[in-house]
Amino acid sequence: MGSFNMITILWSAVLQTLAMVGISVVIAQVLGMPLGVLIVITEEGHIVPNRWLHRILSTTVNIGRSIPFIILLVAVLPLTRLLAGTTFGTKGVIVPLTIAAIPFVARVVESALKEVDPGVIEAAQAMGSTPMQIVYKVLIPEALPSLVLGFTLTAVNLIGYSAMAGVVGGGGLGDLAIRYGFHRKQVDITWYTVIILVVLVQLLQMLGNWVAKKLSH
Amino acid sequence: MIELRNVSKTFHTDREIQALKDVNLQIPKGEIFGIIGQSGAGKSTLIRCINGLEKPDHGEIIVDGVNMSQLNPVQLREARKCIGMIFQHFNLLASRTVAGNIAYPLEIAGVKRHVIKERVDELLHLVDLTDKANAYPRQLSGGQKQRVGIARALANRPQVLLCDEATSALDPETTKSVLHLLADINAKMGLTIVLITHEMAVIQEICDKVAVLDNGTIQETGSVIEILARPKTEVTKRMIQGLINIQIPPELLERARASVTESCVLLKLKFIGPQVHEPVISAMLHKFSVEANILFGKIDQIKDTPFGMLLVEICGPPDQVDQAIAYMNEQGVEMEVATNG
Repeated sequence: MGSFNMITILWSAVLQTLAMVGISVVIAQVLGMPLGVLIVITEEGHIVPNRWLHRILSTTVNIGRSIPFIILLVAVLPLTRLLAGTTFGTKGVIVPLTIAAIPFVARVVESALKEVDPGVIEAAQAMGSTPMQIVYKVLIPEALPSLVLGFTLTAVNLIGYSAMAGVVGGGGLGDLAIRYGFHRKQVDITWYTVIILVVLVQLLQMLGNWVAKKLSH
Repeated sequence: MIELRNVSKTFHTDREIQALKDVNLQIPKGEIFGIIGQSGAGKSTLIRCINGLEKPDHGEIIVDGVNMSQLNPVQLREARKCIGMIFQHFNLLASRTVAGNIAYPLEIAGVKRHVIKERVDELLHLVDLTDKANAYPRQLSGGQKQRVGIARALANRPQVLLCDEATSALDPETTKSVLHLLADINAKMGLTIVLITHEMAVIQEICDKVAVLDNGTIQETGSVIEILARPKTEVTKRMIQGLINIQIPPELLERARASVTESCVLLKLKFIGPQVHEPVISAMLHKFSVEANILFGKIDQIKDTPFGMLLVEICGPPDQVDQAIAYMNEQGVEMEVATNG
């Protein structure tokens, strides 16, 4: 294989990985964030305590978190076919990736929001804020730097998960490493994908740290 | 303005803690009313009952004619907009600037943007922080943070301001300036201020009336001067120790007692208000053939009232001493025979 060809293959694998991770992290954030918020605010002593809702949500998230990704990937195949129209390729991986990330996001959001000073929440209540106002004007803005770091954490985690997508022919860097590096014994490709993954994670983490720092006053 | 009727509150945690027991209080409009107590006395719970952050188990809380315990959540939120509150740890939003923090209560009350801007400028001026409008709380000193807290609490022009240990995290100098700001606001706006504290010095500085809370019950209520000069309960006496030092150094007392003969008495005299300025002792010495030896003295100011205390040994023929004591009584000086500390 010529080096030009290899660069093309690696580059398209990087783009596939970014696409898979990018799309699923955004969808997971959108769906997981309300879940995390609900878990926090329904807790005893918070703004809208509701023991049963809190327990149900928390347990659901725990179950979701305890299923290994590789099993989830296979288990949700029918749902993937329904939502993505295919169970194969990059498109087919987005569904399981998103599903795996939702409970993760919920926990990350939960721990970020729990860091908000209870005194500040009490002050907001004393001023006559509605629960919605407390969520949008107090909890989320106050926790924003932690939320950004959590978002970064989720993305890094999903890059790792996405590498397993090779199992269903999902494309991306992991798929590449399996197909060329493992099946065809092209060890150099394996090394390149590993280096690219390390650099990718490093860059992402640096970006996340930078944004979080910019946001904290 | 604020009335508490038979308010009780018990917390059910690992063990039952009765935070408030049948509390009755009346706080008149426009006053600065202090509630003093040790930590765990129930004062935090008491002040939180006033704006509904805590719900009492029994009793009623009436603020400006509104029965707080009968409000639904929506009405309660509306009522809270008329009750400002400031906190020991300020509780400012770290994510917002000073101006943003002050704007918060106006935003949630649905005030128009340009009106908010005007009102925020006005409040920044009031608390003397115009130059810090764009600073973040982290960049401010404790005193400045509390002033932001005050501005925020006043944004919606409340009738009542609740102060929860508002100066306990501040140094004495800053405490004074914050208290004076509160007194100013009280005078200018006729705002009713309820403050809770464990420091009698805070009460002495700005309060009109005070209630002493201990173990969930009100021990005594009265004007500050009344409570300080004539404490009725042990709890109060303990709390004012050190402030108006009735505790005479034991050595001094020992020496005084050794010199006390049959013809001498040791008296503790209290002068309240204008009496402080009267030369009562000097007049007594002129009128009667007694001698006076001042062993200990202290003069203090309670809000606007001077308050003095003297430990005096009066010696002379018994009839003259008796007459001298009677004379001072006539002059309205309060006294007691200092037999022990």
